[in-house]
Amino acid sequence: MIPKRISAIKFEVLSPQEIRRMSVGKIITPETYDDDGFPIEAGLMDPRLGVIDPGLRCKTCGGKAGECPGHFGHIELVAPVIHVGYAKLIAKILNAICRECGRILLKDEKRDKFIEEIEKRKKLGQDYEDVVKEVFRITKAVKKCPHCGEEQIEIKFEKPTFYYEGEHRLTPRDVRERLEKIPNEDVLAFGMDYKAVRPEWMVITVLPVPPVTVRPSIILESGQRSEDDLTHKLVDIIRINQRFMENKEAGAPQLILEDLWELLQYHVTTYLDNEVSGIPPARHRSGRPLKTLAQRLKGKEGRFRGSLSGKRVNFSARTVISPDPNLSINEVGVPQVIAEELTVPLFVTEKNIEIAREFVLRTEHPKANYVIRDDGKRIRVLDANREEIADMLEPGWIVERQLMDGDIVLFNRQPSLHRMSIMAHYVRVLPYKTFRLNPAVCPPYNADFDGDEMNLHVPQSLEAQAEAKVLMAVQEHILSPRFGGPIIGGIHDHISGLYLLTRGIKKFTKEEVMSILKPLSIEELPEPKEDGYWTGKQIFSCILPDITIEFKAEICQGCEECKKEKCEYDAYVIIRNGELISGTIDEKAVGAFKGIIIDEITRKYGNEEAKKFIDDMTQLAIRAIMNAGFSFGIDDEDIPEEAINQIREVIANAEREVERLIEAYKEGNLEPMPGRSLEETLEMRIMRELGKARDQAGKIAGRFLGMDNSAVIMAVSGARGSMLNLTQMAACIGQQSVRGERIKRGYTYTNRTLSHFKPGDLGAKARGFVKSSYKEGLSPIEYFFHAMGGREGLVDTAVRTSQSGYLQRRLINALQDLKVEYDGTVREQTSGMLVQFRYGEDGIDAMKSFRGKAVDVKRIVAEVLNKE
Amino acid sequence: MLVPKHEVLSKEEAEELLRSLGIKKEQLPKIKATDPIAKEIGAKVGDIVKITRESPTAGKSIAYRLVI
Ligand SMILES: [Mg+2]
Ligand SMILES: [Zn+2]
Ligand SMILES: [Zn+2]
Ligand SMILES: [Zn+2]
Repeated sequence: MIPKRISAIKFEVLSPQEIRRMSVGKIITPETYDDDGFPIEAGLMDPRLGVIDPGLRCKTCGGKAGECPGHFGHIELVAPVIHVGYAKLIAKILNAICRECGRILLKDEKRDKFIEEIEKRKKLGQDYEDVVKEVFRITKAVKKCPHCGEEQIEIKFEKPTFYYEGEHRLTPRDVRERLEKIPNEDVLAFGMDYKAVRPEWMVITVLPVPPVTVRPSIILESGQRSEDDLTHKLVDIIRINQRFMENKEAGAPQLILEDLWELLQYHVTTYLDNEVSGIPPARHRSGRPLKTLAQRLKGKEGRFRGSLSGKRVNFSARTVISPDPNLSINEVGVPQVIAEELTVPLFVTEKNIEIAREFVLRTEHPKANYVIRDDGKRIRVLDANREEIADMLEPGWIVERQLMDGDIVLFNRQPSLHRMSIMAHYVRVLPYKTFRLNPAVCPPYNADFDGDEMNLHVPQSLEAQAEAKVLMAVQEHILSPRFGGPIIGGIHDHISGLYLLTRGIKKFTKEEVMSILKPLSIEELPEPKEDGYWTGKQIFSCILPDITIEFKAEICQGCEECKKEKCEYDAYVIIRNGELISGTIDEKAVGAFKGIIIDEITRKYGNEEAKKFIDDMTQLAIRAIMNAGFSFGIDDEDIPEEAINQIREVIANAEREVERLIEAYKEGNLEPMPGRSLEETLEMRIMRELGKARDQAGKIAGRFLGMDNSAVIMAVSGARGSMLNLTQMAACIGQQSVRGERIKRGYTYTNRTLSHFKPGDLGAKARGFVKSSYKEGLSPIEYFFHAMGGREGLVDTAVRTSQSGYLQRRLINALQDLKVEYDGTVREQTSGMLVQFRYGEDGIDAMKSFRGKAVDVKRIVAEVLNKE
Repeated sequence: MLVPKHEVLSKEEAEELLRSLGIKKEQLPKIKATDPIAKEIGAKVGDIVKITRESPTAGKSIAYRLVI
């Protein structure tokens, strides 16, 4: 069979004739089923509209449920009603045509010019919206018809479906009559093709009734039938339509008829869109607003975003994640219960039929859940039929065996913003109910363990499994295409651990060395360096492959002239032939994002070796930190009385200085900074003064805490937190700000932030300076200002995430079918349009670059020199 | 220089370019004939212009546009 392809889609408005033509019958009764539960003829569940009950056949096409696509019916409305979706456009057209003769309010030559322009743009595939807009703009201003001379009255549109000509309200019938009068040639000037859209078709006279397959009824557990929201709404429409007709035939007073007409308009409007502004949404008996046509399409859960762009899949699992440092970075711990539910297909051949049979016969974990026969029939493997199936098994069948150790799976954490959000891991079936992963792969997923959940998918074909292993495995993503450096590496305790292990010269007994190196497969210990003792640097060297590099560590103080290996902070790392000679291992060496050692190993020995290094490094670091002992508590922020006094003095001095500045400002002695007003100058100088005071307070606290303090260790090694965090905990929180300024909002009238300050007080206290530390606690006033600053931060993040999410979606949609061709050009896949003549101008694969640079000359030189 | 170097390709050059890229004229990026630089170099509708830009990453980067 030749596959059929859709070459184009054209949207048109259905004409009443078309609606009647495609209808299989007129629907006239609001009743759906009779007392025996059979659908009523000419009712909303008319059997000609299609079948949903299995076993029955369609009265129109004879198909069974699933085969019959369903068929439309129709309702003849007693009086026309406006289609809400076109209400705005109708208003524009009404203002563009003559109220008398129905001609467009333009001279023919002028009209033809516009039509010509529209045709030209259509041909070029360009937007012609602005031409049409111009037509409406010009015609609206015309006061007198150029064709018949009739005076024009402006028509006011009132949401959702009302039109007023002066005081006089136009009924939908009036509207329709006017639209009918527009000649075809004039319609073209509105950017419409009169064969596809006649303006009067936007006023509904015949309503299509969608097939039952679109609005199936469901049978509740109680045996009661529950109808779809659309059916409910259609019942309303038919009921009002009927009442309207009866009243009209009985010659009811005009007022009652108008009320009914309006009611019919309401029901048709809410049937099309139940979230129209200006009218109350139609509700279910329970008070829940009905989900009508527009609601089925719109929004995240709508047909487009919910059903077409995103779908739910089989062979997937989701649960909470938790850390397991004993797993390799390319493994994932899968709970037993999940492993027993998910399956991998085993395609039975002559060669593996015995293995397949064994799976079928097993009664415990890696057993077969289903068998698919060569005719495609799926059979559940049960105790009862296990042996029978094993006997029948033959090549061509598929055995769906349970997930087991060594299987490859895709692991994902939302929001999937970059390619590292979905990576392939090897399965390790484990007890308990969480997915387990090595904490070193948290950075690419941006995961933590405060309740995060992740998804897991099992590739179902050999091709998919091979691609996952080769292209998507975790180790293939150690270097990130985002910045050309490692994105997987040590975090938190890995860094603290190695810092404690390698800082200075630490001595370890053989026993300690053995216990630290136990989880690693190291066969030979080096000779002890320090008379019978091993140094921490020696232990770390055990996991290093043969590399030679030099760099400044994270803890480098940035001395004016680096003393290199003689650095008194032990901050200059030298690794020669796989041996750590000097320096401390910290974030700069092994951290995610920075990790120079990981970078070097990946480039020199490849991903597999880098993976092994990260595995060993994390294991070693955790043993090292446990050997040293590491904890952190509230009294780690205790500073002596002396320090507290010093900090108080620094802050008191700053406050005095602020007062002095304010005094100078008031007396007019303040010198304005270039390009700044006096007020700005004052603000800036106060901010600077208080900022300086906080930094000084932090320095004092840092000095008294010392380098052995856990928080200081974590901050300087880059493991977690910063010196600023520490300052705020131990010394002084500092200035709170809203929109980058000191806090000035509050009682605008008296110009003060809170009622117990003097009007116009510019002092530190009155403008949100918090002199307490977190440990001391904040005064109520400080707390209030802190909450103001904190709120701004929260709002910012909330706004940023939603905005960047939208931007991301649009970028992905715009770029999804661009591809780098073999000749290095970037082309659009369907049209073959050239987008870039060389990928990214320079043709560089960012993932293979050196932190964004195509070549690293220094590295090449160092490598060459080293070889000689 | 505020605008990078633009030059009109000769007929032979244009043909060679399209041949080596294996594309039709219309698949190139476009530049309007009314663009000031197009007027400046006298490019006419249907011409192909070669643009040589300074690039911080690639040194020199070359692009082509079809005049429309
Ligand atoms: Mg979290
Ligand atoms: Zn049918
Ligand atoms: Zn007229
Ligand atoms: Zn130094």
